[in-house]
Amino acid sequence: MSEMNNMSAFEIAESVNNQKVTATSVVEKSLAIAEALNSKLNAFLALDRDGALRAAARVDSIIASGGSPGRLAGVPIALKDNMCKVGLPTTCGSKILQGWIPPYDATVTKLLESEGAIIVGKTNLDEFAMGSSTENSAYGPTLNPVDLTRVPGGSSGGSASSVAAGIVPIALGSDTGGSIRQPASLCGVVGVKPTYGRVSRYGLVAFASSLDQIGPFSSTVMDSALTLEVIAGFDPKDSTSYEEQMGSLSAQKGLSIEGLRVGIVTEFVEGSDPEVVSALRDAADALASLGADVTEISIPETKLGLSAYYLIAPAEASSNLARFDGVRFGLRVEGSNIEETNVLTRTKGFGAEVKRRIMLGTYALSSGYYDAYYAKAQQVRTLIKSGFERAYQQVDVLISPVSPTTAFKLGEKSLDPLTMYLSDVCTIPSNLAGHPAMSMPYALDSEGLPIGVQILAPALREDLMFRLAFALEGSSRGAPSLDASIKEAINHG
Amino acid sequence: MANSETNQNDLAVRGESEFLPDGWELICGLEVHTELKTRTKLFCGCANVFGAQANTNVCPTCLGLPGSLPVLNEKALEIAAMIGLALSARVQASIFHRKNYFYPDMPKDFQISQYDIPLNADGHLMLPSGKRIGIERAHVEEDTGKITHLGGTSGRIHGAERALIDYNRSGVPLVEIVSRPDIASPEEAREYVSELRSTLVAIGASDGKMEEGSLRVDANVSVRPIGETPFRTRCEIKNLNSLRSLVRAITFEAHRQVAAYLAGEKVTQQTRHWDESVGRTVALRNKEEAEDYRYFPEPDLVPLRPSEEWIEGLRSQLGELPKERRARLVESLGLTETNDQIETAISVELYPFVRPALAAGLDPKITVARCANELASLAPLDDGFEISWFIELLKMEIEGKVSATQAKSILAEVAKNLIPPRVAQERLGLSQLTDDQLTKTINEAISQNPKEWERFRTGEAQLQGFFVGKIMKATSGKADGKAVVRILLALAEQR
Amino acid sequence: MEIFGFRISDMSSRISPKEVAHVAMLARLSLTDEEAELYASQLSSVLDHASDIESLDIHDLEVTAHPLGLVNRTRSDSVVSGLSQAEALSQAPDEAQGMFSVPPVLGEPS
Ligand SMILES: [Mg+2]
Ligand SMILES: [Zn+2]
Repeated sequence: MSEMNNMSAFEIAESVNNQKVTATSVVEKSLAIAEALNSKLNAFLALDRDGALRAAARVDSIIASGGSPGRLAGVPIALKDNMCKVGLPTTCGSKILQGWIPPYDATVTKLLESEGAIIVGKTNLDEFAMGSSTENSAYGPTLNPVDLTRVPGGSSGGSASSVAAGIVPIALGSDTGGSIRQPASLCGVVGVKPTYGRVSRYGLVAFASSLDQIGPFSSTVMDSALTLEVIAGFDPKDSTSYEEQMGSLSAQKGLSIEGLRVGIVTEFVEGSDPEVVSALRDAADALASLGADVTEISIPETKLGLSAYYLIAPAEASSNLARFDGVRFGLRVEGSNIEETNVLTRTKGFGAEVKRRIMLGTYALSSGYYDAYYAKAQQVRTLIKSGFERAYQQVDVLISPVSPTTAFKLGEKSLDPLTMYLSDVCTIPSNLAGHPAMSMPYALDSEGLPIGVQILAPALREDLMFRLAFALEGSSRGAPSLDASIKEAINHG
Repeated sequence: MANSETNQNDLAVRGESEFLPDGWELICGLEVHTELKTRTKLFCGCANVFGAQANTNVCPTCLGLPGSLPVLNEKALEIAAMIGLALSARVQASIFHRKNYFYPDMPKDFQISQYDIPLNADGHLMLPSGKRIGIERAHVEEDTGKITHLGGTSGRIHGAERALIDYNRSGVPLVEIVSRPDIASPEEAREYVSELRSTLVAIGASDGKMEEGSLRVDANVSVRPIGETPFRTRCEIKNLNSLRSLVRAITFEAHRQVAAYLAGEKVTQQTRHWDESVGRTVALRNKEEAEDYRYFPEPDLVPLRPSEEWIEGLRSQLGELPKERRARLVESLGLTETNDQIETAISVELYPFVRPALAAGLDPKITVARCANELASLAPLDDGFEISWFIELLKMEIEGKVSATQAKSILAEVAKNLIPPRVAQERLGLSQLTDDQLTKTINEAISQNPKEWERFRTGEAQLQGFFVGKIMKATSGKADGKAVVRILLALAEQR
Repeated sequence: MEIFGFRISDMSSRISPKEVAHVAMLARLSLTDEEAELYASQLSSVLDHASDIESLDIHDLEVTAHPLGLVNRTRSDSVVSGLSQAEALSQAPDEAQGMFSVPPVLGEPS
């Protein structure tokens, strides 16, 4: 790998701002690797060579004229393909949106670009972000760069894979039930789901509105801190976004965790693979050796998370996805009348998992079942939230496994939906409570596959979460070695 | 069923309260949708205007594009709450729901509306007749786009070959006002809508234009034998876009239902469409499935918790409602009940002129008359037409400085050119003649009609009119009649 | 079968293929009979799993509307420029006379 390719976003921005490298050369390199690897990984659904190089030239000219392009000057960034950027197609990994070019930018797109970041392309995902393996994409699965026979996790698998492969230092994903954290864990990168409301959802194609949050992937904790500092903040276009400013995350680096009370969530440990549990124990020991006060803590309410999630998320999705009807944009399969057109379009345009969830959600909201399912599940959110709040009276932050297993083989879980759903059991409760959580690469299993550790914090306490992540980063042995064929392609690229 | 429907064709449309066959009564509740007079739509910054070129007031949000989000218009919320206050309803904490159903005029394929917890609940409206109509709720929701049916017969849905959709209206703020089934006759329905319309217009919530669709009425109609307690099956009639249609449709539908029962048939619960051209309600061609709207709380919006201060602030902005305005004018005019002039004068366009004129102590009878007749005929008045001009002109007329006829022409000139009444008076050459000028003219008339003058001088009072007429003719009507009489009498004394 | 401490029944029939077909109709999807069978068994197993919350007695518990408890979010009533007609129609599958063009509409919404 070239030297530039190893640079973090933080280092790139610094080098570009100090004129040690040009944004154009950084972006050129990133595009070259992307082009070399994409046939193997299928991480990108679109690369924007022309647009990215134009944007890079703009950054370089700002610097040449003595200006300051921003905190992410020249940093190549990939967007999960459910976030809008004018001029680039947004497919959501679905045939129903094939070729759709949004006429507006997502708020995160604007914020990143206003700090000099360069959007190089859009990454693959499970169709409409529904899945945990990126196998549900209508455009084929993304592969895990650590082992090409395995899934990268999902639904933000393309973003996780592109960062793990070193194509981009930063990518954005969306996390509805673990869709950032689980692929981060399976690919060996950092992935953050902020507090619900921290990052604007404007321009993120909704899966489950009350659970969706955008967050960063990166190789280092600092890069995620930096990215989240750029994209967080109140957006008048998102009624659910939070007004108050987030404290500095990058300033958490190097702060002591002496005396910080850390709780290991018993329920999340219970069903996880022994190697995953042992990595977590190692992380706990490392934290203890840094002066943290580590205990076990039980939050039994979290056991109800999976059921609540698989009622709430499909219910909201069934409504959010109604607009894909063949009338205003995207695919249309024309019938003899509009009703038939709706049916033909949706039947052809949506994949099996999306249909399954639309039907599940429609059922959960339908008359006679609403109270038993949807309303009850919303009450369970309150239970889970109070379970966490009780835990946070005893500890400052929580840690747990991210995923009960390391990266599984392609096709291994795609036969039984429920088995796949179970891989989100540790991540879902944070979405239901609206709390922040992140995945830190920490160890490798006996096969060299990455194992992540999840750090969970109370609402709006991303600062605490990052303090612990920075502290843990020092003892991490989580950086995996890439699949041999990926290494080779990079060297020739 | 088909039989009884055809038999209804020649039913007389009467509309008085005892319009049904003996022993039957009407149970009717109305759902009135009013578009709110805001600058922008309910959940996006697109302009809320009528009549723009198709799909030019649209954005990602009101087109329902993927990734777009709604943000509530504060003005729409204020107006909605003011409607609640004007209807004596409880303005309460509430949330928005999604009402899910597929229809191409609805870009998201769900409507953001309110469901079990509306903004306004439990109000009422007092009709001029004194009847109290309960208001169950008045909730906020978004309007749909507009479909044009192409081909087939005259733009109707049936037989059309293509549908074209304009989303300019999509997302326009609406308040749906749901009455209790307290309406007992078609005439009462008219009275209710008319009073509601005045109220909405009076508080500035709506422009009340039924013909432009800014006020739309659906009627829930059922009948039952007098004395029976439970309600019978009701039908909902859509497309009532004038007061005339409202009265005719309810009358027709009630008779149709009674006839069905009398024929031993059942009335099926259904949505019916009022066809003004043939004067009957027809069953809509509904999709076969029973609707299941799958309401659930809108997750892209947060709950509304109106504070006491906010509500009281709105209450203080309400101003006088139609019923208070009416009462004030009835009292000022020394009447016991309202009349057509009063009903016109309390409208939102005219009342702002009436109120200060009365406050300035001007004659109520002339004030109300000029408002309801002359000023109303000049409506809509330009924004530049100043209230003070109207008051000044009224004073000129009341003090006799101009005649009634002159006052009317001056008013027209004022409205046309937006100039003060004195200037208008000059321009029209209606300036007051001085006493000297008048005396000169009167003397001329005397010398031309010596016999008549002698008779008048010696006591034949009826000849006063003769002279006034002569003077008026001589001055082309510019003379002030009162001044002429004053001078005539003075001259008669002298000689 | 038991995964993660959760019991999964293969024999469950909480939702019948007929109900699945009805739900598909509400959602504007068409299914073959085989698909309806398959979805019925898959949805049943998810709903089976949800029996843990179905049986909870939490009648009086409030729902979490927004995790941070935000209320009263509004914007001022000022016009923001949106899309031009051309932009609005740029992604339309079909258009005519400045409008989105679709096949005829069969029935009115009720
Ligand atoms: Mg409604
Ligand atoms: Zn709009």
